Amino acid sequence: MLATPVSIAAPFHPASAPDYVPLRQLRDLQLARLRATVRRAYHQVDLYRRRLDERGIRPDDVTSLDVIRLLPFTVKADLRDAYPFGLFASPLTEVVRLHASSGTTGKPIVVAYTREDVDVWTNAMVRTLASCGLGAGDVVQNAYGYGLFTGGLGAHYGAEGLGATVIPISGGNTDRQIMVMKDFRVTAICSTPSYFVHVMERARELGVDVRALPLKVGVFGAEPWSESMRRHIEADSGIKAYDIYGLSEIIGPGVASECAAQEGLHIFEDHFYPEIVDPETGEPVPDGEEGELALTTLSKHAMPMIRYRTRDITRFLTAPCACGRTIRRIQRISRRSDDMLIVRGVNVYPSQIETALLEVEGTLPHYQIILTRERGLDRMEVQVEVTAEIFSDRVGALEQLQMRLEQAIDRVTGLRVDVRLVEPRTIQRSEGKARRVSDRRPQ
Amino acid sequence: MIIHQLSLFLENKPGHLAEPCRLLARENINIRALALADTSQYGILRLIVSDWEKAAALLREAGYAVKVTEVLAVEAPDRPGGLAHLLEIFENSPINIEYMYAFPFDRSERAVMIFRFDNPEAAIALLKAAGIGVVDSVEVYNR
Repeated sequence: MLATPVSIAAPFHPASAPDYVPLRQLRDLQLARLRATVRRAYHQVDLYRRRLDERGIRPDDVTSLDVIRLLPFTVKADLRDAYPFGLFASPLTEVVRLHASSGTTGKPIVVAYTREDVDVWTNAMVRTLASCGLGAGDVVQNAYGYGLFTGGLGAHYGAEGLGATVIPISGGNTDRQIMVMKDFRVTAICSTPSYFVHVMERARELGVDVRALPLKVGVFGAEPWSESMRRHIEADSGIKAYDIYGLSEIIGPGVASECAAQEGLHIFEDHFYPEIVDPETGEPVPDGEEGELALTTLSKHAMPMIRYRTRDITRFLTAPCACGRTIRRIQRISRRSDDMLIVRGVNVYPSQIETALLEVEGTLPHYQIILTRERGLDRMEVQVEVTAEIFSDRVGALEQLQMRLEQAIDRVTGLRVDVRLVEPRTIQRSEGKARRVSDRRPQ
Repeated sequence: MIIHQLSLFLENKPGHLAEPCRLLARENINIRALALADTSQYGILRLIVSDWEKAAALLREAGYAVKVTEVLAVEAPDRPGGLAHLLEIFENSPINIEYMYAFPFDRSERAVMIFRFDNPEAAIALLKAAGIGVVDSVEVYNR
């Protein structure tokens, strides 16, 4: 029996039914799937068998969900070391799709999907988009990159599975994006939040009023973004901006999504089992406390992941959600432990800079952090693009703006930085994930 | 009476001044007057052009941060003390001159100055009362 969904403004989509399953039933399902996953990993993947044997754990020992904390973690380096196919649990004859991460350092990470895995992914993305209020009748402009990156095809299958009309435009060619958005009467866009900010900015230059278009929903993911950036996007474009979460190592987009309440992301935990652990010790933190998200896949065949360390910092939101979903929520991810910068001994996250910049009225979040070292001392420069809104014909006004930005960053981070005003569009735009930091300090 | 001036944000780097000028030249827009306020990191290019609306649209589409400001073109006698006399009019008024620059204009014995006032309407009234000519916008844009 399903619990009766409590609707808050959003219509109920049948694919969302598993989001509302009673908790006992959900835990039973998770345990059965965890046992099957561990068994498969143990028998099909050398790395998992070796690590489980080292700990003296047999698949049959998984008799409760609590046992998961005895299982070994999997980290990004494991995937890199296994390049290309070392962690596959299915023969290639059963693998219907490969994706790969861009691999900024060294070799990329390769991930595999069986036919069933693609169906699970589609199911998770259908539920993601339904949770963002989309359905049949929506026209979805999918500006996530198509290709080895999981974003494009993940959102594509999800939107098609939902019965929406998909425009597979991929990323880039912003003028054409705007033309299509207008002419095809697009109601929803999928992209990274930073790319959408760029689209808004270009639309303004072309004299296109995004607020007057039928566009009503943005499904944004693939990079951490702040609550203040959401407010900025929503106020500027008149759309509802939803945060979604996912990573290729687990499946791609579709691991978790916001709902109409926009208060945290529901993890589709019938497929992806979440834990929050202390990033230092790996021990689970008490419910509601901040830590690193670790995920275990429960339904994947080709590439099961056991306790994968995401490096993403979040916490469980323990209160029931207004939307009525029973699956757990995590707080939106505003930072990754990988992103942390240490500047003159102070820990700084790019998201803090973003929050500070947005505090100063009218500043668009096109910025870049440049770290250098001068005579042994770290120097942090924040380049901020001067837009028409913040530009003034008076030097004094610009100098004041520069000072206000520096003070805001100082307040948030406790660091003295130099703000440099740069021409619009001089900071490189990314069609995918934004590159906010350029660390030029000698290692 | 009121002249529309365009301001552009430019970084203080080689080539950054030439690019917008080239853009205007391609569209046959004449630059009538110009002033550059510079700091070590950036500059503000202020332009009076023959077709400011077209120029603003062009520059915006090219991605520049463009601001349109209302300024006044004021005549002063082209002789020693001409400008000093003009400035005296504002000395005892609450009107502030944000900045000013000269306008290259063929008028015998008359110089034309561009003024950015914090309150252009009040400045016009004050100039009129003092019998000082404010140059018509049509005359400024079209040469």
